[in-house]
Amino acid sequence: MFGLDKKDSTLLLIVAVLTMFAPFILNPFPEGSALAQFNAGYPDLMQRFVIFGIFAIGFNILFGLTGYLSFGHAAFLGVGSYAAVWMFKLLSMNVIPAIFLAIVVSGLFALLIGFISLRRSGIYFSILTLAFAQMMFALAYSVLTPITNGETGLQLTLNDPRVLGQSATADGSIPVTSLFGMEMRQTFQLDMGAWLFQFNVGYYFSAVIMLIAFFIAIRIFRSPFGMMLRAVKSNQQRVNYTGLNARPYTLAAFVISGMYAGLAGGLLASMDPLAGAERMQWTASGEVVLMTILGGAGTLIGPVLGAGFIKYFENIFSKINDNVLHEWFAFLPDGLENFVVFVMHPFIGKGWNLTLGILFMLVVIFLPGGLVEGGQRIAKLFRKGKAKDSAKPTTKPAE
Amino acid sequence: MDAIFLQILNGLDKGSAYALIALGLTLIFGTLGVVNFAHGALFMLGSFCAVTLNKILNLSVETIDPTKTDFLGNPLKVKTPYVQAWFGDDFGAAIIDWGVPLAILFTIPVMIGIGFIMERGLIKHFYKRPHADQILVTFGLAIVLQELIKYFFGANPIPTPAPDAFKGSFDFGAMLGMDPNVIIYPYWRLIYFGFAAVIIGAVFAFLQFTTFGMVVRAGMADRETVGLLGINIDKRFTIMFGIAAAVAGLAGVMYGPINSPNYHMGMDFLVLSFVVVVVGGMGSLPGAVLAGFLLGILESFASMTQVIDLIPGINQIIIYVVAIIILLTRPRGLMGRKGVMED
Repeated sequence: MFGLDKKDSTLLLIVAVLTMFAPFILNPFPEGSALAQFNAGYPDLMQRFVIFGIFAIGFNILFGLTGYLSFGHAAFLGVGSYAAVWMFKLLSMNVIPAIFLAIVVSGLFALLIGFISLRRSGIYFSILTLAFAQMMFALAYSVLTPITNGETGLQLTLNDPRVLGQSATADGSIPVTSLFGMEMRQTFQLDMGAWLFQFNVGYYFSAVIMLIAFFIAIRIFRSPFGMMLRAVKSNQQRVNYTGLNARPYTLAAFVISGMYAGLAGGLLASMDPLAGAERMQWTASGEVVLMTILGGAGTLIGPVLGAGFIKYFENIFSKINDNVLHEWFAFLPDGLENFVVFVMHPFIGKGWNLTLGILFMLVVIFLPGGLVEGGQRIAKLFRKGKAKDSAKPTTKPAE
Repeated sequence: MDAIFLQILNGLDKGSAYALIALGLTLIFGTLGVVNFAHGALFMLGSFCAVTLNKILNLSVETIDPTKTDFLGNPLKVKTPYVQAWFGDDFGAAIIDWGVPLAILFTIPVMIGIGFIMERGLIKHFYKRPHADQILVTFGLAIVLQELIKYFFGANPIPTPAPDAFKGSFDFGAMLGMDPNVIIYPYWRLIYFGFAAVIIGAVFAFLQFTTFGMVVRAGMADRETVGLLGINIDKRFTIMFGIAAAVAGLAGVMYGPINSPNYHMGMDFLVLSFVVVVVGGMGSLPGAVLAGFLLGILESFASMTQVIDLIPGINQIIIYVVAIIILLTRPRGLMGRKGVMED
């Protein structure tokens, strides 16, 4: 299918089915039940799943294939968001031109930054990209305020020109983002007994784009270009000695992954038309690194899993508080209950970042190959004795 | 002329902080070959050592003063810090006043301990792993340390004042025979610079003039051979990690009065310190110090209003711009050695 072999087609199909039926799958608990807080089937969160999935897929093309660890990828996400919001302000509320501009602008930035940063490899490259991202963050906060609106963040107003659209709707409010008239925030609701399923236009739009992005990523992974990038990762010196210049390949990978980040940024802005500098901060860059590693760098499905995992738990952890914990551990004796709640208190609510940091360390220390490797290890355990070598993993974890 | 002199002075204190952190980073990198993204967090921890000591010193006992009453007519409660109760009013007040310098004594053992635990407990297991893994695990550690501090001390900056004796400013212009009040400079910043110079000198002297330092330098040059000679180089490198942590901690303690400690100060400094290390040359100690002061001074020059009027925003990005130019023209940095981190 589409030039993929059987295995990749199956993977793509599975991902497609999962994303299309996500509103059902992510909503397994009936409304109003005690477990309803674990539901993830509402538009806002599902949009973030797929958008950060795109971001992580793009990051994986750079890090997973070439081994170049960029610590400034959030900068491209931020640039994409700004570009998209400007398109909403100047042209129209249609998301297509906004996303297009977001991809182009972030691609240009990636070309410039990649051209300079890729002169060095290893740790130097990480530091350079981090420096660039911090520089852009600082600029967005201060001097570029006319473009970025500084700390407040870029927002739509009623006085924006919007040449092809309208400055304000008939009832005097700011128009909403749409795809040829289909509003992004529009949600169809389906009541089925105790369950309430929500089908959001924005989510399906982002999901389709993510599937396309995923497909392109598979093609890149399987192409000669992808092989070349893997060669750079396993031994760049040898590549050079063969008489090949690795830089055009790595630069292309960097630009592609920058464009993926820009696309994610543009989509974020399309779902909620505002852009702020904090999207470009180093913590945001660190988060995408974590998503990729957690899922499994260098694997196809890993980054998507990682993105979903992190965004889901970010949401859950931010929601629970001490009262919820007390409910959960009510079966314990009082003293023990209080103690458990006391121990867990720093990690929940606003403490999500702490949990994230610890998770980060645990994954790097114990599971460098991420969830995918973990799954393979478990699968291997079960298959032991049955088949000897037939279960050879095809995907290779990052070094 | 005065403006230039003033900007050089202004650059010195920030430059000192950069130089101290970069020195520690380079020490760790040169000895253990580990890129420590948690080094900024160590700087922050040092700063919070001073905060903690301040809190301990201000632990008070509440007594009721029967001779006075508050506005409701109840007896007035008076808080007396324990140190004042124990050592007498004047001496106790002096101890509290000198909290920050005293914190130096408190910080050194604490930071060396933290360094030991970090190295033995975590970093040790990452020697053989790729640099990317080292970066990631220390990055995670930095987040954890930062969030822990935020959890215990809150998100707001906590003022840690300098001793009264060092408040106020020193009139440089008058000393040099210029008009008074043209070049004035806060005492504490002057002390910070002097302190940094002493620490840097001490580290260099330690490496240059002691047998221990000689072995460490030999180990930096060729770890394997030193190991083959029957020297336990790992133990010495662990100690160097502790020293590097202490240097970062001391830089943090003394920085408290200049900039009130907050939980994210470490990361703010870390990014810049990495740039400093890269500009100075990876693995070169003199390079780190030189680049630290150079970039600190450049930054303060870029903050002059005349310069900002000319190129808006230059003060925000000057360090990065310099780093990019240096990396493109002299890839090894100002004083980088051949063969260090060439891969």
